[in-house]
Amino acid sequence: MIGVGKAKQYANVLDKPLSRGRQEVSLSAFAFLFSELVQFNQTQVDNIAELERRLEDAGYAVGARVLELLCHREKGNRRETRLLGILSFIHSTVWKVLFGKVADSLEKGTEHEDEYMISEKELLVNRFISVPKDMGAFNCGAFVAGIVKGVLDNAGFPAVVTAHFVPIEGQQRPRTTILIKFAEEVLHREARLG
Amino acid sequence: MASTACFVIISKNDIPIYEAEVGSAPKKEDLAYQHQFILHAALDVVQDLAWTTNAMFLKSVDRFNDLVVSVYVTAGHILSCCKHDVLFMLLHDSRSEDGIKSFFQEVHELYIKIFLNPLYLPGSRITSSHFDTKVRALARKYL
Repeated sequence: MIGVGKAKQYANVLDKPLSRGRQEVSLSAFAFLFSELVQFNQTQVDNIAELERRLEDAGYAVGARVLELLCHREKGNRRETRLLGILSFIHSTVWKVLFGKVADSLEKGTEHEDEYMISEKELLVNRFISVPKDMGAFNCGAFVAGIVKGVLDNAGFPAVVTAHFVPIEGQQRPRTTILIKFAEEVLHREARLG
Repeated sequence: MASTACFVIISKNDIPIYEAEVGSAPKKEDLAYQHQFILHAALDVVQDLAWTTNAMFLKSVDRFNDLVVSVYVTAGHILSCCKHDVLFMLLHDSRSEDGIKSFFQEVHELYIKIFLNPLYLPGSRITSSHFDTKVRALARKYL
């Protein structure tokens, strides 16, 4: 089964090793693919909320798979059972693998107990996208929000995750914030686990 | 020595997505039903146990006569009423914990590869015959 010398063609995907492989993907290829994804979904829907939801669903599938893969590769098969644990996992490990750097910041919401925010100065998916004025508050970061939602849901922390623009003084482009609002059961369980 | 072993992968809402009788003992029809019943009964115990520890391998969680149930939880796990977990459950009568742990880890890798397929709907049955062959080979090797 082990290839000697030149690379071996594996008969079945199950035989391929699950190792790191190539770390980098071409940015332009990704930007092109993502723009096609957005445009395709645009033709299918009538309103913005539906478009955001579709992008989120696409991200959800990615998030579920990223969680399994990273838990296996990076953490040597240890799961996260605590809220702060899973949040810092997303903020550093997931972000590093997906975007090449850790997220800019992770904050706890001041108004509500169950809200947390991950902020990024320039989200990779939004870098080459400009939103026309008539689309209002639409944010392609919904895709990334979907990824986060996929990770949280499959780890057992159901949450509502959305992406928002936050204008910053002195900067032309607004900062993007991913807002995570956990379901009640998550907080109850956290309290129970102490 | 003949050994009985029944391996099941359970996904959301306790729906099995893969099952295999991997023991070397001759199989009887009614024994198979009994095995599945025992595994289902052990599920409740697993729920409470899964939240107390960070590890994935939960060792033996339940006994029935001389058969032991061992469980391995993957990254997606349980939430009270609405179940999000994918777990591997093994019903067996052998004693070697290490062999079972290695078996679970190898099957976990296979499962991740299946799961990574974007066309695979999480929670649906695993029908790949290649996967089946490999699991049985691993079972012969480790159990």
